[in-house]
Amino acid sequence: MALLEVNRLKVYFQTRNGLVKAVDDVSFSVDAGETLAIVGESGSGKSVTCYSLLDLLPKPPAVIEGGTALFDGEDLLTCSTPRMRQLRGNDIAVIFQDPMTSLNPFISIGEQLIEPLIYHPDKTRIQGRKQARLRAIELLDEVGIIDPVARFDCYPHEFSGGMRQRVMIAMALINEPRLLICDEPTTALDVTIQAQILELIKKLQQTRDVAVIFISHDLGVVAGIADKVLVMCDGTIREAGDTESIFYNSQNDYTKKLLAAIPEGAKVLTNRSEPDKPLVEVRDLKTYFSDYSKAAASGGKKYIKAVDGVSLDIRRGEILGLVGESGSGKSTLGRSILQLAPTSFGTVTFDGTLLDDLNPKQTVPWRRRMQMIFQDPYASLNPRMTVYQTLSEPLLYHGLADSKSIDQQVRQLMDDVGLAYGQMRKYPHEFSGGQRQRIAIGRAIATKPELIIADEPVSALDVTIQAQILDLILDLVERHNLTMLFISHDLSVVRYISDRVMVMNKGVIIESGDTETLWANPQQEYTQRLLKAIPLADPRLERRRIASL
Amino acid sequence: MLRFAIGRLLQAIPVLLIVISVTFLLVHSAPGGPFSADKAVPPEVIKALEAQYNLDQPLWQQYLSYLGDVIQGDFGPSFKYSGRTVNELIAAGLPITAELGLYALLIALIIGITAGVMAAIRPNTLQDYIPMSGAMLGICMPSFLLGPLLVLVFGIYLDWLPVSGWGDIPGDKILPSITLGAAYAAYIARLSRGGMLEVLSQDYIRTARAKGLSEPLIIVKHALRGGLIPVVAFLGPAFAGLLGGSFVVETIFQIPGLGRFYVQAAFNRDYTMILGMTVFFATLIILFNLLSDMLAIWLNPKLRQQSRGDS
Repeated sequence: MALLEVNRLKVYFQTRNGLVKAVDDVSFSVDAGETLAIVGESGSGKSVTCYSLLDLLPKPPAVIEGGTALFDGEDLLTCSTPRMRQLRGNDIAVIFQDPMTSLNPFISIGEQLIEPLIYHPDKTRIQGRKQARLRAIELLDEVGIIDPVARFDCYPHEFSGGMRQRVMIAMALINEPRLLICDEPTTALDVTIQAQILELIKKLQQTRDVAVIFISHDLGVVAGIADKVLVMCDGTIREAGDTESIFYNSQNDYTKKLLAAIPEGAKVLTNRSEPDKPLVEVRDLKTYFSDYSKAAASGGKKYIKAVDGVSLDIRRGEILGLVGESGSGKSTLGRSILQLAPTSFGTVTFDGTLLDDLNPKQTVPWRRRMQMIFQDPYASLNPRMTVYQTLSEPLLYHGLADSKSIDQQVRQLMDDVGLAYGQMRKYPHEFSGGQRQRIAIGRAIATKPELIIADEPVSALDVTIQAQILDLILDLVERHNLTMLFISHDLSVVRYISDRVMVMNKGVIIESGDTETLWANPQQEYTQRLLKAIPLADPRLERRRIASL
Repeated sequence: MLRFAIGRLLQAIPVLLIVISVTFLLVHSAPGGPFSADKAVPPEVIKALEAQYNLDQPLWQQYLSYLGDVIQGDFGPSFKYSGRTVNELIAAGLPITAELGLYALLIALIIGITAGVMAAIRPNTLQDYIPMSGAMLGICMPSFLLGPLLVLVFGIYLDWLPVSGWGDIPGDKILPSITLGAAYAAYIARLSRGGMLEVLSQDYIRTARAKGLSEPLIIVKHALRGGLIPVVAFLGPAFAGLLGGSFVVETIFQIPGLGRFYVQAAFNRDYTMILGMTVFFATLIILFNLLSDMLAIWLNPKLRQQSRGDS
């Protein structure tokens, strides 16, 4: 008998707009030592499925409508609250998606780590603080936290995202669970960190023989880690099977669509750039921020050197990819070029004019010619403005339209970015993530700019939506003859869209070149490491890649 | 933290200067004077009195000499309570008002936080609606209505508690403290409900549940600290408000505290008394705001370390 057998699970949500069938008739099973991946886009019900097993959904609005979930023969859906407490953390543990928000910022990580031991629901298994501390330090060491004794009393904000996720993993393992639920454990992390965390989960699973449910939208990651795959969409199972048959021999249209949407290979469009005509020239740009951290105070450093001496040209008509991991300074560089972040040293020249010398009033006409698309379409659109207002505002402000022509121009813009004109009176919250990013793109191209800086424009989006938005961007660049700086941490996306690539690390550009040349033959060790860490959405290749590391 | 505190205290100097100047101007531009109410006094006596208190000098000279005294911590003699200084009068009333304010604050905190947390645990149920309706009532009901009502019910009909006084009969401190604290309890209840609701929806609360911790432990250990930060930020203004706003309660219950001096001073045109009390309360408000801000910083590990690195 399998360790966990879920049978015809139904979880509904009662909302103001009626009943939403978040999980509808889902069945699967996991054995000890086995990894089941649940794959799907946002809203597919993959997380809800797993949270319902541990009674972690807010009720109301969630209602378990039916089904059974037998864990070692015991139904999780009907067990009592005290029994559920015993199972949580003890037999079944969870690693959550976002290590930034999943740890309590007010409590030291050591204290959070030992809680499952010192407050164990089973009275006979409660451990003293000293003993628990030793165990926690042992585990911190095992998951790769350096100097665990000293780090034990640190607070979450003193750790990087990758380190916090290691703490989360240690916390999940502290009571030796038999089933580990990993909810997108690496989505918020950089690709090199992701590789380390995945390896860690795999290693721990093998040494402890735990069953793992691995929730992910990243097919590359799944290809490397899963034994079995479950493809979910709209609350239902579209396809289930072992990993190889899903990837190589899928019978389902939705699975095929997912696989096809992964950005793969080189850019298809021709390079339109004019090598001798740089639109933007950046020379020795430095952007420093004041540093308030403890380490900086004791070390006598006063600044975080976000951008530390960058020189680059953006050629007219090209898409220049800027790649780097979080904290590399790539976003700050983008903002500094647009004069949205105060630069400390260096110059930015746009079409022959030195931007640094302009006062705020003088930059207004330049703003029209350079625009930005931001990462998070949920946060960067004003929630109190309709699409019409968002799109018409830059046009009216820069005097590009009058009250007669404005309707026509907004209509044209919405058409350009693939939104129906009938939706112009709606507010951002009424749109999906992909549609919102279309609005944000529409706002950026409204003033007919020459330069667009796109800061991670697709990283908050699902893979099928991501593919649509990337194609939209490519289409607009070609039609409107745009020049673009495309900032991303996702190397596959950058390869798919850019003519030229720059790799940024610790505030400096360490390597640059034509995309395909750089991909084929990276010179710097860091670039090589970065490229090697990309998961491939092909089980055999991916496993070979992991083995070669 | 030290640098933060010093910075804030330096900011307080111009604030206090403005308070003193505006109050000084307002007080002196109000019609009448400290001695004009006494009809039967012959003009030469008033002249003599004004000369004694330097009121015959030009206004700017009075202002400068007053400022000089205040800097040395001297609020001058009271015009109405002859022979006593403003400092003495404040010193006499302050302990009583401070005690009343402290009790009221304690009542407000205990009732407010309990009600707020209870409401936040089960939002949109009776456990939420009942305390929150009570809180709304508490905010809306002025103390000059609540005080007499409480006196009527508990002092007269039920005859459980004394109807007035302070420290004379056992139990006479209960009704004034409740009357003064009620509105603040209501406000704190709403603040802590909001704060707790916010925190309880955080991912780290879900993590705590997934670890198998019990619900009471999650509330007390994981949620309260973050959830009560809005309350902590409100403590400073609240305590200053309790001290300054106690005059209604002190009048209802015949309590010889600061508040009553304040009101009487205004009616009497007791210039130095009005000024002295205003400056004193302004200083208290600044100090308590600083204290509650420092407490809020200390509660948040990230801010705590930043401020440590700063100093």
